[in-house]
Amino acid sequence: MTRQVIISGSGPAGLTAAIYAARANLAPLVIEGEPSSTSDQPGGQLMLTTEVENFPGFPMGIMGPELMISFREQAARFGAEFLTAKVTAIDFSERPFKVWVGDDVYESDSIIVSTGAQSLMLGLPEEQHLLGHGLSTCATCDGFFFRNQEIAVVGGGDSAVEEATFLTKFASKVTLIHRRDTLRASKIMQDRARANLKIELHWNATVTALHGTDKLTGATLTDVNTGEETLLAVTGVFVAIGHRPNTDLFKGVLDMEDNGYLITWPGSTYTNIDGVFACGDVQDHTYRQAVTAAGSGCMAAIDAERWLEAAQHA
Amino acid sequence: MAEGIVTLTTSTFDETINSSETPVVVDFWAEWCGPCKMIAPILSEIAVEQAGKVTIAKLNVDENPDLAMRFNVMSIPTLLVFHKGEVAKRLVGAKGKGQLLQELDEFLVTSP
Repeated sequence: MTRQVIISGSGPAGLTAAIYAARANLAPLVIEGEPSSTSDQPGGQLMLTTEVENFPGFPMGIMGPELMISFREQAARFGAEFLTAKVTAIDFSERPFKVWVGDDVYESDSIIVSTGAQSLMLGLPEEQHLLGHGLSTCATCDGFFFRNQEIAVVGGGDSAVEEATFLTKFASKVTLIHRRDTLRASKIMQDRARANLKIELHWNATVTALHGTDKLTGATLTDVNTGEETLLAVTGVFVAIGHRPNTDLFKGVLDMEDNGYLITWPGSTYTNIDGVFACGDVQDHTYRQAVTAAGSGCMAAIDAERWLEAAQHA
Repeated sequence: MAEGIVTLTTSTFDETINSSETPVVVDFWAEWCGPCKMIAPILSEIAVEQAGKVTIAKLNVDENPDLAMRFNVMSIPTLLVFHKGEVAKRLVGAKGKGQLLQELDEFLVTSP
């Protein structure tokens, strides 16, 4: 059976595309991803956040997972189908396009790529055995276990500053480690962090080693200017140093920038392959907001709908 | 609570683990954990499909922090597999159904 549209990825972009495509009677199949404790999972990056304060329509804020579950229910209500799995291979060389999930192949006249971006790790060998034993990728999940302890957050963007602020609910002290001497986070988040007496800022440093065998006991910080090393005794380290787009599957097929983000035609969601559309963070390293992702997901569904219509009459 | 899933608390934990004929997979979770919500339906499916081979149980760490501490759970979801009363396997982080079944494979033998 050849479908009209398959959507790969299920963050705000993919699920908004699913809502619009389903309402246009395109019966989309959403290949939503596999559960994980990283941001690469069904629902996307918001599954790891607490309160979302800037999504329009929620004056009192809404929890990230709750918002994404609502997105999904809304798409399901109009007939979107879901497959809780990851696309493992693609063939966009001829139509219908083919996507594989393991040994199963799915065919579709059009494809919407909304695979998002995943959080970067530090890239240290100790990460393997300390993950879940003091090293965490999910502050909302694990903050609870660090009551009255001293911990650290690595990063300087909105996610890092938000996590640091959130973690002060539990921890006695949070050291925010950033490799520059200014934060990239929005003004409101920065002000909140600076006003928080439990947060200490450690500038111009990177984490170069983690210590502990069964449990994390500390981290080595290296000054980026002087190379000087200091040992920070912490029982928890939360990593929020940025993201990389989930585009490995599309290398050599879809046009992308040097940093891996997909290239779309300005003002649209068209990629270099006719019938393949891209939306959300996978093609946006500028705005990266839930609401911009959702907006581009809507564009992708409309682009796909009109393209399918035109292709039928061609 | 979903069909086939046992809810454990501090007062029922030891007896359930020690008296179980089958391996018990305990899901340490909490309401505020997004990835925990994503694996809940998968665990419900496994509970039904593998009934008799393995018991699936849930433990709310918010309500039972003492048990989380006793088993050094510092990240959720964590799945601990108890076999004959001992921790036989520790799985940290959410995983897809295929990967989860693969990890649990050694415990999914039909009892003689």
